[in-house]
Amino acid sequence: MSIIGQGTKLSARELDVATVRADFPILSRKINGHPLVYLDNAATTQKPRQVIDAIINYYEQTNSNVHRGVHTLSVESTEAYELARAKVAKFINAPRPETVIWTRNTSESLNLVAATWADANVNEGDNIVITAMEHHSNIVPWQQLAARKKAELRYLAAGKDGLLDMSNVESIIDSRTKIVSVTHISNVLGTINPVAELANRAHEVGAVILIDAAQSVPHMPVDVQAIDADFLCFSAHKMLGPTGIGVLYGKYDLLDEMPPYMFGGDMILEVTYEDARWNDLPYKFEAGTPNIADAIATGAAVDYLTDLGMENVWEHEQQLTSYALDRITPLKGITIFGPEDPALRGGVISFVHDKIHPHDLGTALDQQGIAIRTGHHCAMPLIRSYDVVAAARASFYVYNTKTEIDALVSGISETERYFVQ
Amino acid sequence: MMGNTSGAGSLGDLDDLYEAIILDHYRNPRNTAPVDSPDIDLEVNNPFCGDEFQIQMKVTDDAVSEIGITGRGCAISQASASLLAELVEGKKSGEVRAAVSAFRRLLKGEEISEDERETLGDIEALSGVRKFPVRIKCALLSWVGLDDALKEHLAK
Repeated sequence: MSIIGQGTKLSARELDVATVRADFPILSRKINGHPLVYLDNAATTQKPRQVIDAIINYYEQTNSNVHRGVHTLSVESTEAYELARAKVAKFINAPRPETVIWTRNTSESLNLVAATWADANVNEGDNIVITAMEHHSNIVPWQQLAARKKAELRYLAAGKDGLLDMSNVESIIDSRTKIVSVTHISNVLGTINPVAELANRAHEVGAVILIDAAQSVPHMPVDVQAIDADFLCFSAHKMLGPTGIGVLYGKYDLLDEMPPYMFGGDMILEVTYEDARWNDLPYKFEAGTPNIADAIATGAAVDYLTDLGMENVWEHEQQLTSYALDRITPLKGITIFGPEDPALRGGVISFVHDKIHPHDLGTALDQQGIAIRTGHHCAMPLIRSYDVVAAARASFYVYNTKTEIDALVSGISETERYFVQ
Repeated sequence: MMGNTSGAGSLGDLDDLYEAIILDHYRNPRNTAPVDSPDIDLEVNNPFCGDEFQIQMKVTDDAVSEIGITGRGCAISQASASLLAELVEGKKSGEVRAAVSAFRRLLKGEEISEDERETLGDIEALSGVRKFPVRIKCALLSWVGLDDALKEHLAK
């Protein structure tokens, strides 16, 4: 596990949740007559006033295209856009801002690497290694690439304990492995995977590692250099930021060698009628007018989290997860997936009830204002490996409280009284 | 005994969705025995929620002489499948297809005739899903599958 300080606040300090909650306008909404209890944070998080204001301020005060004009607004836009990139770089301890590429989301970041670096480097007979607990977006691009290249797609198995089976990692990641693409924290099991160890093994055999950090960067301190990640990606909307923007971090030399992903304005240095020369990093990967407002708002989200301190965010979620496991585990008929030890997991708890279908539970909880996710969580193969077709999932963030977990627990009991005779 | 005879309490409008008749069919689904050498044998599923049902029918003299539906799903999809099985048994294929059409219109909030209302009977209890739009597909799952299969069978 990589919990490495980023020079922000190393002293553990409890989050002042009441103050945090006051920053989130949506938390004062009532849903079906009840206060909103939002426990679907692994899907997307709510936005604080600071992030919403950043978007409003941009359109009211600064709106202009970036990297184009010489006029004041364009200069201000460009500065704000690049400042947000620098904030993200510092947040994950990237060595330089141009190693941070703006994308639409984690899925696009994963697809970008599959379509560029992997397309150029994976050949017939090579293999690609992923895990059995990946989100569909970290399975399907590799299935497609493997088929196109006649390469092999290999899986590191997940044990019934919810942990990655590392016993045969040396035979699975071998001399023909070109890329290892793994989730840092499972969006279903909550499992924290040993990404630094996997990076080490990948590098031993000359492969690169791509880390899907969609569920880790928002919740714990992540240091791309300490992990020695070659690529790492995440989405802003899962960390208090807006939808429609994500990040791909890559080591400078790798990104520099890679062919572009999309072609268009901003990504070229020089175009003739015959040919074009690519722009420098990061612009080579940012064709067309980017999502300027949301990049700037992502900077505001990073400021917000940095002010809270990522160690504190993580500590808060660990406490909630531990409390939730203690409360939910004893409930009759409930099976929880993933590691039993709260220290081995993030703030994601997926479970099934032996007599209530997840969708009935989801609808009943919604009637009490409680929002959870139900379904296959974009991880069908993993869900099926537990011999269920759908599960309920509660996932936590900075504004959640133990009282809300109590509401979830009594909501489940209430639902049980309703459905089960 | 039904959860909603005592009211849903803090569960709000839940009784609109899960009427007593629906909870009854969910807990005690009808026509779940497999059919021997069926003329129609199909599987329907909704990959998004994982609901899956196997529908088997014997069609004799243009009528559904036997039907069995097994599978797993939420209360709505299970009760709906059970009510469907009860409805179609012994009906002419044309009557079944007309009932499916009426049921679709009922869930869309469109008008249905008095005759259609009579045909659907208890099934009208499922009209509560209109207040829960994301659950409409649960109610329709087995109906759409059965209708398509019947149409295909008739075209043979």
